[in-house]
Amino acid sequence: MPLSKRDLLPIRAETDIVMVRQAVRKACIEQGFSLVEQTKFVTAASEIARNTLEYGGGGEAALETHIEGVRKGVRIVFTDQGPGIADLEQAMRDGFTTGGGMGHGLGGAKRLVEHFEITSTPGVGTTVAIARWK
Amino acid sequence: MERIPILQMGQFLIVTIQVDMHDRLALTLQDDLTSRISATNAKGVLIDISALEIVDSFIGRMLANISGMARILDAQTVVTGMQPAVAITLVELGLSLPGIKTALNVERGMQLLRAALGDRQADPEQDDVDAPVEA
Ligand SMILES: Nc1ncnc2c1ncn2[C@@H]1O[C@H](COP(=O)(O)OP(=O)(O)OP(=O)(O)O)[C@@H](O)[C@H]1O
Ligand SMILES: [Mg+2]
Repeated sequence: MPLSKRDLLPIRAETDIVMVRQAVRKACIEQGFSLVEQTKFVTAASEIARNTLEYGGGGEAALETHIEGVRKGVRIVFTDQGPGIADLEQAMRDGFTTGGGMGHGLGGAKRLVEHFEITSTPGVGTTVAIARWK
Repeated sequence: MERIPILQMGQFLIVTIQVDMHDRLALTLQDDLTSRISATNAKGVLIDISALEIVDSFIGRMLANISGMARILDAQTVVTGMQPAVAITLVELGLSLPGIKTALNVERGMQLLRAALGDRQADPEQDDVDAPVEA
């Protein structure tokens, strides 16, 4: 998949979550996403970014825009070196939380995007990639 | 410290969220509103989110918390102006925002609050609430 642009965004503070939302919004607009598509993708990114900060202890997001023939896409990969998730199936389930949340972040984000991938190793960290094609 | 302004109009408190709030700013608003409700004895809270481009689980939870705390303090909350794309996204995210009253715009929101107060013969001058609320 030919890559046209890649930006690294730090996720170290709450204000970085806002920066991620704004950068993702801009990328979605550039790729010609509709307003609803933009809103869904930005919301999913916001959920994952907050998890990266809150549970992963911070990390970074690699924001990529892709052009493949007439198809355009946005992908963002969140990486942290936090405690990881032992039981992914449980973490994905709506309503499961180890924090003060409602436990809708991961499950909800997955429903909002076309492509969702999560890998996590306890003691090593967590990577979540989401993508959407126009 | 950065804050979202809260306007008072008679028995109601009005907030217009015009920035993409980071989490602490949202929590500050939640605390500020709670203390203003009890300090002013307000009977209604209107939160206009027509300028908000996303509501994620954190903002959704803040709105639910405000509404819940207001209820304990005997005040009604109405959230106005949610963009259709935001509403669609919230449903898919799985947030139903239970207990939150919503209205299409500020004017309808005010009607809802007044009706909840049983205040049928409202001061005619106070009917003119569709003017933009200054932040
Ligand atoms: N990056 C991460 N590192 C370690 N654990 C994580 C990470 N992301 C999620 N988790 C775990 O998965 C659980 C579920 O996450 P999810 O985002 O679905 O819900 P939440 O963050 O607890 O609540 P909400 O997102 O609704 O506010 C979290 O409570 C946490 O235990
Ligand atoms: Mg979460």
